[in-house]
Amino acid sequence: MNNQIDQNDPRFKIANREALIGVGLVIFNFLWWFGFAYGLGSAPVEEYSYVLGMPAWFFYSCVLGFFVMVALVIIIVKGFFKEVSFDVEDEEESK
Amino acid sequence: MNWPVVIPLIVFVASIFVVGFWSSRYIKASNNFLQEYFLGSRELGGFILAMTMVATYGSASSFIGGPGVAYTQGLGWVLLAMAQVATGYFTLMVLGKKFAIYARKYKAVTLIDFLRSRYNNSKSVALISAFSIIIFLFSAMAAQWVGGARLIESLTGLNYTSALFIFAIAVLIYVIIGGFRAVAVTDTIQGVVMVGGTLIILIGTIIAGGGIGNIMSDLVAENPNLVSPYGHDGGLTPAYVSSFWILVGVGVVALPQVTVRAMSYKNSRAMHRALITGTIVVGFIMLGMHLIGVFARPIIPGIEVGDSVMPLIAMEVLPPWLAGIVLAAPLAAIMSTVDSLLLLVSSAVVKDVYVNYIKPKASQKQVKRVSFVVTTVLGILVFSMALSPPDLLIWLNLFAFGGLQAAFIWPVIMGLYWQRGNQYGAVASSLVGVSSYIIIHNYAPNMLGVHSVVFPILFSLIAFVIVSLMTKQNSYSNTNQLQA
Repeated sequence: MNNQIDQNDPRFKIANREALIGVGLVIFNFLWWFGFAYGLGSAPVEEYSYVLGMPAWFFYSCVLGFFVMVALVIIIVKGFFKEVSFDVEDEEESK
Repeated sequence: MNWPVVIPLIVFVASIFVVGFWSSRYIKASNNFLQEYFLGSRELGGFILAMTMVATYGSASSFIGGPGVAYTQGLGWVLLAMAQVATGYFTLMVLGKKFAIYARKYKAVTLIDFLRSRYNNSKSVALISAFSIIIFLFSAMAAQWVGGARLIESLTGLNYTSALFIFAIAVLIYVIIGGFRAVAVTDTIQGVVMVGGTLIILIGTIIAGGGIGNIMSDLVAENPNLVSPYGHDGGLTPAYVSSFWILVGVGVVALPQVTVRAMSYKNSRAMHRALITGTIVVGFIMLGMHLIGVFARPIIPGIEVGDSVMPLIAMEVLPPWLAGIVLAAPLAAIMSTVDSLLLLVSSAVVKDVYVNYIKPKASQKQVKRVSFVVTTVLGILVFSMALSPPDLLIWLNLFAFGGLQAAFIWPVIMGLYWQRGNQYGAVASSLVGVSSYIIIHNYAPNMLGVHSVVFPILFSLIAFVIVSLMTKQNSYSNTNQLQA
């Protein structure tokens, strides 16, 4: 059984890039979520403004934030993710 | 018996049997039993992949427990729950293509297969991992069975034992006959039920409460903290809430029930589709479900038991027959979690212990028989534990997910992205992660204001890096020498 994996496999370059995009997205998601929630939400409740009936912090952080993330994921996956073949065997055997 | 509620449930369970039988045809036709039974022959398409992932991590905790806590805590808990949106894209992006390629190259069927192949066929890595999975997931599963039985009990009026019996039979039959494919397909049905159920109850609740604006002013009138991000008594600190991004957000990549799905998809198109669908579905379910909990408060004040918020509000705002259909959703959530856990524990026993260490030369037929027997025996064991759940079990379940994350997160992530990492680092990382988690969980829970899982994950990373660097062996260059 040979478990050697060729680290120079060009597909790994794509995979590594996409993993980094994932990390970047999470950081962005977190900052958006945290910023609106505690930026707007830390004011006294009497001073809250409301959007569509919801407190503004909640609307921007959780509702709008969710739509923003969905839009970003769609744009990134459709625009930047590459399709690769997973069938390692054929490629390795032909070498 | 409450027939308008019970009939949709029966229809639901019956449809699950149909799926189980349909899937068993694939098992008969397949020439690789292990791959088919435990992975569905890596043929999952995008939609099914997304749904099975969502259904697996959006378990009973979010469908039953979550809305109950949101009812008490207010919008702060919805905020916390939204950390789970990240699981929709992060898991698949990070494990992603690299994990899929590795898993195929290694012919891995379980997370442990992957870890063992990655770490020089290390016996200690494999056994520590198998042990963690069996202990933690078995407990998580038993507690879910208790939840499922309680739900059937409250909906039908049957006593606990009969309810548990019905639940157990339903789960066992389709896991045993159908394997992973049946589980994934029923997860999809269950995911659809969860989405539809959430939408219907949410709309019904908003109408019953006289619109969102009206509900909010009722909440402010009762306790202004309910609409703040800090919880009903100001107890939800930003640090604590943010630390859930690790427990229910990014840490989810390390859960075996999630990683096994990340090796089951057909091709990268399926993965891309699942990324988009998964993000939408998990975000919608989390937002909707927890909002229902908050909105229920002015409509039905004074609910004592958090777990009953969801059934009560559904029966309050919907006509009985519709409530029945919609309440199949929490049952769906529990079943989909339980079935995937059962299959995983069974795969840990059969594939990781039996085939690898007890009888490596076992024929397809023997493996098949052992798989069915093990799954059945596990089911019966869980059933008997759920009959009168021991305290230890409940305690174990509470920290099962954090424990799994502490054990697996770095061996998986570093295994993929850091070539220098070796088996000694992996073993050290798991041991340090699990033991520091147990210690912090028991003696200093929520240390420095963050969830108990945060520091063990940090410690296990340090252990992984230091031990890997101190031990010279590089797992790639030495693979062949070790086997020679």
